[in-house]
Amino acid sequence: MPVTAAAAARRDPAWLGRLGWMVAALVLLWPLLVATEFRPWSLFDAEAARVTGRFIASFVPPAHSSEFLWLVARETWRTVAMATAGITLALLLAVPLALLAARALSISAVMGRMAPLPFALRQAVRIVLIVLRSVPELVWALAFVRVVGLGPAAGVLAIALTYGGMLGKVYAEILDSGELQVTQTLLRNGASRLQAFAYGLLPQNAAELTSYTVYRWECAIRSSVVLGFVGAGGLGQQLDSSLKMFAGGEVITVLAVFVALVALADRLSAALRKALG
Amino acid sequence: MRLDLQGLAARHATARREAADALTGLSFGVEQGEALAVIGPSGAGKTTLVEVLACARPPSSGALQVDGADPWCLPRRALQRLRGRLILVPQVPPLPPRQRVVTAVLAGRLPAWNLATSLRSLFYPVDIPAADEALEVFELGDKLFERVDRLSGGERQRVGLARALVSPARLWLVDEPLSALDPARAQRAAAALVREARRRGVTLVATLHQVDAALAHFPRILGLREGRLMFDLPAEQVSPQLLQSLYAQHEDELRGAPTPPADVPIAPPPPVVMQCR
Repeated sequence: MPVTAAAAARRDPAWLGRLGWMVAALVLLWPLLVATEFRPWSLFDAEAARVTGRFIASFVPPAHSSEFLWLVARETWRTVAMATAGITLALLLAVPLALLAARALSISAVMGRMAPLPFALRQAVRIVLIVLRSVPELVWALAFVRVVGLGPAAGVLAIALTYGGMLGKVYAEILDSGELQVTQTLLRNGASRLQAFAYGLLPQNAAELTSYTVYRWECAIRSSVVLGFVGAGGLGQQLDSSLKMFAGGEVITVLAVFVALVALADRLSAALRKALG
Repeated sequence: MRLDLQGLAARHATARREAADALTGLSFGVEQGEALAVIGPSGAGKTTLVEVLACARPPSSGALQVDGADPWCLPRRALQRLRGRLILVPQVPPLPPRQRVVTAVLAGRLPAWNLATSLRSLFYPVDIPAADEALEVFELGDKLFERVDRLSGGERQRVGLARALVSPARLWLVDEPLSALDPARAQRAAAALVREARRRGVTLVATLHQVDAALAHFPRILGLREGRLMFDLPAEQVSPQLLQSLYAQHEDELRGAPTPPADVPIAPPPPVVMQCR
């Protein structure tokens, strides 16, 4: 029958498969939602809504007594100091490890296959980086709070270790993913690895490395807040005590400072990228 | 530096393991202080030859002797020291776009410097007069403190040549040094290259597309075709018939080297992209 044949030809042959995948995704998602106790309707529960409303209403007016603002300013300074000191220590860890891990600086790889010993060394450095960053900074902080006591020092060490692992891995990836001709020519003409890094690899990748470092500094500010919750000091500790006292005005002031800090990091990164580009 | 090739064969840099050799059965010698040009149609193996002579890759068979010793029998450290005594100038100049010309030229000195001197030179160039003199030879004296990405393609190529002039190398291996220059400039650059090599007693091996420039300035000419040596003669004995047979089926390359790209400024590099990882 020509009519039904034409109708059959006009049907999208792929739709059955598409429907199947959609159903499969929903079926797979369901146990995940159950496991995480995801019940969005409890948000609109009358009792919960009243509590939430009261808390949100207490946000206005934001706390602005000169005494509290002075306290926030001091804690902000401490948070920025913790993030900056942490990132600096992380750099001391990440730069040598990244230089060891980067394939771009292997003299034997320029000529063909990498020699077995350097290859083994690179794999070992990669494993060190994985261990450093796979332990969350919160866990490092909890460990260091026991060693050096409550206070920002624990936060600095925690950020240094975790971020050292992250920066080292990403630096090595950035160095390996760029144009390698410049570095290879220097190595081929007898330059040492560090010379080839300073004259070839670094000037080529400086902008990207810098912008990534600033982005990580921004992340370190955010994570120093979380570390404050476990007693590492700074704005986080302030936020923690304000939340526990249901002081909505104080909470909103502290959050406003966070937004300002993140915006500042954003501007700084854009300016640096422009200067280096 | 003296070179001696015995039945040398080599594969192209990106060739697969089972691919045919790009060079076969090459035997010739180069004496200390000699200047020779390698000519031949595209795909003759000129670049591969230069790379093998630079000890960048081992030959697949046959023997290469540099100053009477096989470089591939040397320990790795000694091989890298040997590479510091020669310089390979690739056709595409290996210059990081954001580097200054003075730094790019002085990078040729790296094998002679220790790490401390190399790093000091990034803060304040160690030997500005040498860089200026080298640039002056190639008519670039006014570009000393320009950034590389503000130069045209032809200017970049000459910066690459100036690097050879400041290097401690006793053997210059120059791959297609004139490919981005206009005909008049190409003649002057070829003359300058041969003159400077002779003045320093340096051995010079250049591959050239411009047959007229090769015959006018180089005392000895090697004709290469499909990886084989067609002739090895003093320049005055290279007859039009020889060139005809060397360039058979590639006559357009012989008549006027494929119109050299105009000496126009290259577009500025794209802005650095921010990558969140």
